[in-house]
Amino acid sequence: MDPLRRSPSPCTSRPPSPRTPPCEMLGHVGIEAVLEQLKIKAMKMGFEFNIMVVGQSGLGKSTMVNTLFKSKMWKSTLPGLGVPMPQTLQLQSVTHIIEENGVKLKLTVTDTPGFGDQINNDKCWDPILGYINGQYERYLQEEILITRQRHIPDTRVHCCVYFVPPTGHCLRPLDIEFLQRLCRTVNVVPVIARADSLTIEEREAFRRRIQHDLRAHCIEVYPQKCFDEDISDRILNSKIRDRIPFAVVGADQEHLVNGRCVLGRKTKWGIIEVENMAHCEFPLLRDLLIRSHLQDLKDITHNVHYENYRVFRLNQSHALPRGPGWVNLAPAPADLTATPGPWKVRWQAHDSSDEEC
Amino acid sequence: MAVAVGRPSNEELRNLSLSGHVGFDSLPDQLVNKSTSQGFCFNILCVGETGIGKSTLMDTLFNTKFESDPATHNEPGVRLKARSYELQESNVRLKLTIVDTVGFGDQINKDDSYKPIVEYIDAQFEAYLQEELKIKRSLFNYHDTRIHACLYFIAPTGHSLKSLDLVTMKKLDSKVNIIPIIAKADTIAKNELHKFKSKIMSELVSNGVQIYQFPTDEETVAEINATMSVHLPFAVVGSTEEVKIGNKMAKARQYPWGVVQVENENHCDFVKLREMLIRVNMEDLREQTHSRHYELYRRCKLEEMGFKDTDPDSKPFSLQETYEAKRNEFLGELQKKEEEMRQMFVMRVKEKEAELKEAEKELHEKFDLLKRTHQEEKKKVEDKKKELEEEVNNFQKKKAAAQLLQSQAQQSGAQQTKKDKDKKNASFT
Repeated sequence: MDPLRRSPSPCTSRPPSPRTPPCEMLGHVGIEAVLEQLKIKAMKMGFEFNIMVVGQSGLGKSTMVNTLFKSKMWKSTLPGLGVPMPQTLQLQSVTHIIEENGVKLKLTVTDTPGFGDQINNDKCWDPILGYINGQYERYLQEEILITRQRHIPDTRVHCCVYFVPPTGHCLRPLDIEFLQRLCRTVNVVPVIARADSLTIEEREAFRRRIQHDLRAHCIEVYPQKCFDEDISDRILNSKIRDRIPFAVVGADQEHLVNGRCVLGRKTKWGIIEVENMAHCEFPLLRDLLIRSHLQDLKDITHNVHYENYRVFRLNQSHALPRGPGWVNLAPAPADLTATPGPWKVRWQAHDSSDEEC
Repeated sequence: MAVAVGRPSNEELRNLSLSGHVGFDSLPDQLVNKSTSQGFCFNILCVGETGIGKSTLMDTLFNTKFESDPATHNEPGVRLKARSYELQESNVRLKLTIVDTVGFGDQINKDDSYKPIVEYIDAQFEAYLQEELKIKRSLFNYHDTRIHACLYFIAPTGHSLKSLDLVTMKKLDSKVNIIPIIAKADTIAKNELHKFKSKIMSELVSNGVQIYQFPTDEETVAEINATMSVHLPFAVVGSTEEVKIGNKMAKARQYPWGVVQVENENHCDFVKLREMLIRVNMEDLREQTHSRHYELYRRCKLEEMGFKDTDPDSKPFSLQETYEAKRNEFLGELQKKEEEMRQMFVMRVKEKEAELKEAEKELHEKFDLLKRTHQEEKKKVEDKKKELEEEVNNFQKKKAAAQLLQSQAQQSGAQQTKKDKDKKNASFT
């Protein structure tokens, strides 16, 4: 339960925060109908979700997106012969509206072909950071208008799925650099891509080493420990944190296994079923991203990451000297890669004592 | 490093068909779970004369005894009293705030009766706006005190609206969702009630008062909202006492000529009010307050402070830019004022100093003058003293000379007398 705020002055201007003990109601009033009203309103307005997939080419990002949303978001990119690798990092977004049982979802997937593919990958995270901050900037500009829209279109990236190549050893310097920078700006979910090249034991060892690396470099991936609201959240999220990064396999072709039609990859030595927990952890990823934590991802993006960005931008404008005429919301810097720094906004009043950084 | 972002324009949004169950139909549930854990805020403002039954109606509506003392009729002005309560039903927590207008309609001169109400509503909007404009803000656990619904209690005269009612409602209709209700409806007979209702509604329409329209764009609620709207304003009766009717207890008012049952739709519209206010449209009331009334207030306030939105020719002005500029201007003025004050102070000090110096000089002069006079006096006195001494000397000298002469004269006289005597003697002889 949120700590109820104490209002400063109890006089005529603002009523005091409710500190009175809860009143007993003697009969049914009907307050819980508000939940139904909320649901109806939400369904009418529709939902938005923006996801970004980052990783080297060939790790199966596009296939994974297709598998997650069970549709052809875009054709799997198979490099054709003679087609040169993109020399620069290009972000591509595609938006679809999908509907299930009356719930409309406007889904935007941003791909990053060319990431980590060059010989010199220095600062290859800049365009990505720039894009993410650009979306925050857009939302901020809309929010501070005088006449604003009823519903500001939300293009901010809610979740970034980072594909770790299945080397089996540990995180590479590129991975660490990227994760460090990005986990402060956006919710990052790392996954082990193409996990069918690792055995179960190798997967576990790889996972432990990655977790160790993440802790050693103070990288907080989603679900972040400091945003757990209460005990049940913490228990649920600890279970998830234990299994991060998920070892996933993506497939968009169906095969017949034991009479059932399943999504899977067919190889000479067997069929790897995507939805089979014994084969890979794709269901965990799907459940996390879609079935249980989608709203939470959006909330944390809005309440924490966006607020941090906003604080950063507003402080920037205060620091500037006064120039001629109107000055001071510095024009959005062309290079939006400045990251705000460690989280300044806390979800709860208490800080977890077992944080390392 | 060049960045090319390929973003499709809105027209290219297309619906995609799913080939299996993805699972995001749990989204509304996820949203509802989040909201439930945070709790809901709902704030009702009750406007009406003293003794018209506001507190009783609130008690009846929420099935609770909110503790309150009945107000007197001696209030010098209209005062708003707000109290907050926390109610819980199954897993829904509601932070309810009830704001009462104490002393409304009691004064002899009611010209300014609406002003405290409007000020209160604006103050709540202002508080929210301040929070929203802060740099470090926490809107997600902000205790929202903006008024979501205003229940306007109309006295059951049976004729028409009072002018006080019209004026007050006109002032409030752009700031809050107004739901007019006829209070103490058990004093009006049924046929009179119908005429009264239509008279009120036509007066409201002809005076351009915009009351809250129950939303009819959503199929699930359109029908019920449409049927209920016909019965506006709701004629309600409130009671917290229970009377035995048939074989169960029900809230009712007992008269010698019969029992008025609160929850009987034939007797009064209380059930309709409860349906509309709580069970069907609570969320819509909150949303209208936020997206319409609050936005209007925000826009007016910001335009009043001199901000504009994008200027088509130059760079887009932003709120923060102008705010920053105004802030600097204000600080500059403040500094200037400070300088002025300092200078004035210094000047005053100088003046005072000069005055004091003058006074000092004068004193010195006086002192010198006195000294001089004193010295002159002294000299005069000394001169006189010298003169006196001279005179005394002279006198002494004269005296001495006179004495000598006298003695000589005496001697010569004696000699003369002796001579005379001798002569005499000689003559005798």
